[in-house]
Amino acid sequence: MSSSERAADAARVAGRPPEERNAIRAALSVGIAVSAYGISFGALSVAAGLDVWQTCVLSLLMFSGGSQFALIGVLGAGGTGAGPSAIASAALLGVRNSLYAIRVSPIVGPGWAKRILAGWITIDESTAVATAQTTLRAQRIGFWLTGGLIFVGWNLTTLLGALLGDLLGDVSRFGLDAAAAAAFLGLLWPRLKQLQPIVVAVGAAVVAAALTPWLPPGVPVLVAALVAVVVGLTNWLGEKETRG
Amino acid sequence: MTVWHIILLASIAVLGLKLVGYLVPPSLIEKPTPARVTNLLTVALLAGLIAVQTIGAGQGIAIDARLPALGVAAVLFALRVPFILVLIAAAATAALLRML
Repeated sequence: MSSSERAADAARVAGRPPEERNAIRAALSVGIAVSAYGISFGALSVAAGLDVWQTCVLSLLMFSGGSQFALIGVLGAGGTGAGPSAIASAALLGVRNSLYAIRVSPIVGPGWAKRILAGWITIDESTAVATAQTTLRAQRIGFWLTGGLIFVGWNLTTLLGALLGDLLGDVSRFGLDAAAAAAFLGLLWPRLKQLQPIVVAVGAAVVAAALTPWLPPGVPVLVAALVAVVVGLTNWLGEKETRG
Repeated sequence: MTVWHIILLASIAVLGLKLVGYLVPPSLIEKPTPARVTNLLTVALLAGLIAVQTIGAGQGIAIDARLPALGVAAVLFALRVPFILVLIAAAATAALLRML
């Protein structure tokens, strides 16, 4: 190694390129903010009838906020009888993670052990931070740091929330059932920027509400998902709005 | 089916879906239709869950404190208030209305 190379190396350690600093900054802010939701998941899960262990296993194994909230939401309404619907809701909400995996696969690179580990932490946030970076190294830093931070934070705050929920007892008195709906709204909100998703959201909500008295708990939400399939395949209200 | 069966089956399904994406060739994502259906699927499921969580009561419908609480949450999300604070505000709204 020549002295100029050594100097360049030292400079790289002392001050990372701005792209990489951006990736680290994004990962830290997203990671810390998202980890805080774990408290609400833990508390709501216990309120839905799961115990602390079951709640923590969900955050460790499933590790996908939307699917976790969906599972406990359906179980809370329908009990274990709604099990198949609960599993289907969680799995369908997890389909988007497959899409994220396809997108970040070239960022992660080869090696099956690394790819399994990457798969585990392939979620909304790690994908968003990674794909927003401009260099491959910054994308890698963004992906692993965001995913890793959220994995640790989400699991710790889940445990905290579950223990807290256990202490609270009667949940409707504290309005936790209302917080569950608000949690789904928070996950939905950033996706409502164009006419097409807004129409799908309204349509699905109406379908789910209208079918609730007629079908077993959990099933109305699955039927409501068909709204997305129909609008998505026909691209109704699609092109014109996305260009604007 | 016990709660544990449900938890493990659902977790394996969600984890499996993440891993499957690493086996699929990236060319699939270039087709707009699967990507669009997937994105809208997420929107529809979340919206359906909101409706059921807000006015569902077992296999029936009940309009109660949850609806105004959701309204408060919508206003706060529009004002870009952080997630966790919105949840606390929504819960507090429902709890207060029930105390009245």
